[in-house]
Parts: sequence; structure tokens; C-alpha cells
Amino acid sequence: MTILEFEKPLYEIEEKIEELKKISESSGMDVSNQLETFEKQAMEYKKELYANLTPAQRIQIARHADRPTFLDYIKLITTDFIELHGDREGSDDRAIIGGIAKINGQSIVIIGTQKGKTTKENLIYNFGMPQPQGYRKALRLFYHANKFNLPIVTLIDTPGAYPGIKAEETGQGTAIAVNLKEMAKLNVPIIAIITGEGCSGGALGLAVADRVFMLEHSYYTVISPEGCASILWRDATKADIAAQALKITSEDLLELEIIDGIIKEPLGGAHCDYEMIGNGLKNTIIKALDELKNINSTQLREERYNKFRRMGVFCQ
Amino acid sequence: MTVKDWFEQRKEMQIARRDKETQIDDSIGKLWVKCYNCNTQLLRKEVEENLEVCPKCGYHFRINARTRINQLFDEGTFEEMFSNITTADPLNFTDTESYKKRINQAKAKTNMNEAVIAGIGKIDGNEVSAAIMDFEFMGGSMGSVVGEKVTLAMEEALKRKIPMIAVTASGGARMQESILSLMQMAKTSCAVAKLNEAGLLYITVLTEPTFGGVTASFATLGDIIIAEQDARIGFAGRRVIEQTIRQSLPADFQTADYLMKFGQIDIISSRAELKSTIAKLISLHKK
Repeated sequence: MTILEFEKPLYEIEEKIEELKKISESSGMDVSNQLETFEKQAMEYKKELYANLTPAQRIQIARHADRPTFLDYIKLITTDFIELHGDREGSDDRAIIGGIAKINGQSIVIIGTQKGKTTKENLIYNFGMPQPQGYRKALRLFYHANKFNLPIVTLIDTPGAYPGIKAEETGQGTAIAVNLKEMAKLNVPIIAIITGEGCSGGALGLAVADRVFMLEHSYYTVISPEGCASILWRDATKADIAAQALKITSEDLLELEIIDGIIKEPLGGAHCDYEMIGNGLKNTIIKALDELKNINSTQLREERYNKFRRMGVFCQ
Repeated sequence: MTVKDWFEQRKEMQIARRDKETQIDDSIGKLWVKCYNCNTQLLRKEVEENLEVCPKCGYHFRINARTRINQLFDEGTFEEMFSNITTADPLNFTDTESYKKRINQAKAKTNMNEAVIAGIGKIDGNEVSAAIMDFEFMGGSMGSVVGEKVTLAMEEALKRKIPMIAVTASGGARMQESILSLMQMAKTSCAVAKLNEAGLLYITVLTEPTFGGVTASFATLGDIIIAEQDARIGFAGRRVIEQTIRQSLPADFQTADYLMKFGQIDIISSRAELKSTIAKLISLHKK
């Protein structure tokens, strides 16, 4: 497992404890009392460490190589998943994956951005950066959900929509814009969850939803802190300061009333306990689906419109 | 090299040069300006009389919102609305300077209170609701105020059952309002959904430059998308793309002509024809 820079002292302590255990076993000395004290101290240190992370450190957790991906969550929270491929215009963007599945016995259309865990996988999934064709595939699946009256769940973990020649030529901006507009018109409940990185329009293009949640250590922002630092500070190394200034953590966004709730992560981050984060995610989705199921489509659309209509802070 | 090739190459070189020389030559004072494209020294007054278009090569200079309004609307018909909505600093944002200071500087520089003017006016007698962006105000960036005024203009079109016109000029979402700026993309796009459902005509005019969060929201959602001649339009900026793909881009990348070639816009209009083009489109959509 990848150990992050700020986690190193913790792992050193844990290693020492393991060493001590081995020594006591081989030498036959009883150090169980001391071990217990050390382990307790290590645990307390761990809790304190993760409760006081800076936004920049939490971004590292959100970007962790072992963080569960969309396809992991599919296995963890759904059954009977069948992937539906392609935009019907010549492409099957792998950075966005979608299909039909069941969650708690209820059929849903589930769509998300997919990242890889290895370089090889990341080349396939383009590091989770969709092309316009990915957004158009998602749109096609939104319409499918609308037609068959299936709720939509989107899971978002993207450093942003891909900036490339072909992406511009085939309308990256337009593809995202059309999704924003068309999501407003859908008659079925939409639940969006930021599971890792929620960068810019690339994330929003799947997130005009009735309920929006974030995993505890995920982040959601108008621009990556690196991008912001290089533009406003003219210095990409100021990303940590930009991360602080941009207010991108789940707590910040809850306070700004942009999201509806935070899904607690296991101590150390989602990658430390797939089962636990899967359950948290699943319970949140089931509860939200339950809240939304009895709202008629006109009211649902109206409430969705008003939800985003209210966003923004200005003087009057 | 054929003569045609030579002209092509010359045109591309001119476009390539523009990026590097986008400053007005102030040394000669306010009486003269230098064309970015053909490098000719021009009389300020002559350029003004020619709708801020180079009389020599036809290059379209950037214009601010007020100039645009004067050019586009029938004289004396434009009534500004929602100007009471002004910038707050919800995140208490400071980069190398505070957001508050940047706003005050922008206000002093442009004599505007934000990067958009919204209102009602007539184009060849047709009443429209309109939002006109101003690149001089913090790069035309979209924060809460821009998003709100654009949305209000669309809701005004809904109320009055009249066409909506958006003229964009923007570097994208305003970073100083972070997630709140991002949400303006959703807000304005949802308002376009309402225009669609009401069957109202929505025309967007993309002017130099239109990028980022504005391109990825209400700018590209027009029933008809017009690009003004010489405008550069895109999602990601040229530099970001070059850094990502590590190769240089075609000189005419993201120009109106380039977008037209790839089917991303309906019409390219010169500034001189813009008003009549819009008026004609409105009347053609009348039953």
C-alpha cells in the first residue's frame, strides 16, 4: 500500500510495535502490558492525525492510488450490474462507465468516472479524464433511465474533463453544458456522489442532481488547486495555499450548502476499508432513493431547479 | 509552394503572432492604436467609427459590454436591469491580493460593477432579453453575480415570452468564488432548460475570448450559436492543452473558423453584420 508523506511517522510507530511483538515472541519475554499501552497510544495518535489533516493532505487521500474506483463500488454496493457501452457516435470513452444494476433490490442506472490503480489501467481509463464522448454516453444513459423510469446514481472521481485537441474539436464544453441542461429536465431522481476528486466542469457534468453527497476526504472545486496556484499565484508550488483558500473540503461544501451530506470514511481513508466505505455509500444511496421515490416528476424537477437556482452569494 | 500555400502560411503566421502581441501600443498615446493582426498604426477615431474593426485587415478588436450594447441595440432602447446585484466575497479569498481589492480595481478600471450587463432592449424593433459580458472586468469571469444576472435575464425572457440573447466574453469561472462559481454553470444551464421547455429562442454570440466554465455552460447552449469573426473559443486554454499533450497546436486552433470546420458553431458573423443577422434570425423564427 502507498504510504503518504504525512503518514510516515504513524507507520514508523506501527512498525516498531510489530518489531517489539516479534522480539517478545522469539525471546519469550512478556511485554503485553507495554504493547497494549503502545498500541493505544498509536491509535490515539492516528485518530488525532486524521482529524486534523490540512486540505492539501486530504487531497492526497482523495487521490490515493488504492482508493476504491467506480468499478470497485459497483462490486461493493450493487448486484446484477450490466455495463452499457458507447455513445452511438463512434466512441466508447472508458473514463466514464455506466450501466444498469440493482441496489437493495431496486433497479437503477449507475454512471461514474473510472480511474485506474496502475499505469496500465490509467492509460485505459485516461486517468479518469473524460472526453466529450464520455459525457454523451452518460447523456444517452440518462435518457435511458428517464424512459424506463429508473433512478440515476452517479459516482464522480475525476481530475477534470480531458484538455486535448480532439476534445476541443468535438466540443468538450458543449458536451458538458448539454448534460447540465438536460439533467435539469429529467423526470427521475438523480443522486450524485463525489467519491474522490471533483474537479471543475468535468465533475459537474454528472452532478446536477436532487441530492449531492461527498465522501469525507473527497474534494469538489472549480479548478484544481495546482491550476489555481499557477494562474493566481503564478506558482504551481503554492497549491497547498490555494487548496486552503478555495474551500474544497466536504465540510466546507456542506457549510456553503452546496452538498446535502458527508459520507464518513474509515480511519485513514476509504482505501483502508473497502467494506466499510461501501456500506456507508450504499446506505446513503438507499436512504436518498427512499426520500425521493414518492415525489412526482414535476415537483422533482422544480425542486432540482430551485436547489441550483439558490446557489451563489452576492449583495443586493 | 503555391501562391495559395503562401497566403495560407502568411495567415497562420499572423494568427500565431496575435497571442504574443495582445497589448495596445500606448506609447503613441490614445490617438493611435496598433492592430494586433497586421501591425498597422491606426487612428483611434477611425477604428471606433469602424465598430472597433481594423480598417486595413478587418481584424476584430475586443470590445467592452457598453460598446457592444451601443452597436447591437436600437438607439436608446436598452434598459439595464438587475444592476443592484453586486459582488460579495463569500470565501474571504486572498491570493497575491485580496478578492475585494481585485473587485475594486476592476470597478475603477472598467466603470462597471461586474462582468456582465443584463437588460431588455430592441434589435431592429424586436424586443429581447439580453446578457452581455465584459472581458475587461476580471477577464469576464463568472462568479455568483454573473451567474445570477444571466439567470435573471433568462427568467425575464420567460416572463415576457421574448427571445434571449447572450453575448459571451470570458476566461471562465471565477476562481475567487470557487465552488460557488462552478455552481453558476449549473444554475444558468438549468435556466436554459426552462427556455427550451417554453419554446423560446435563445441565441448565443461567442466573442473573443470565450473559454472554460462559460463555454461549458450557457454559451454553447444556444439554439443558434453565432461566433463573432476572429473570436477564440474553447473549453481548456491553449497553454493547458499544450502542457498536457506536450506538442504544439495548430496556429488557428480554437478560432471561430476552426470551430466552424469541426461543426461546433452555426454561424460566423462579422461585427458589421451581427445585428442584422440576429434580427433576421429572430424574424425567421416567428410563426
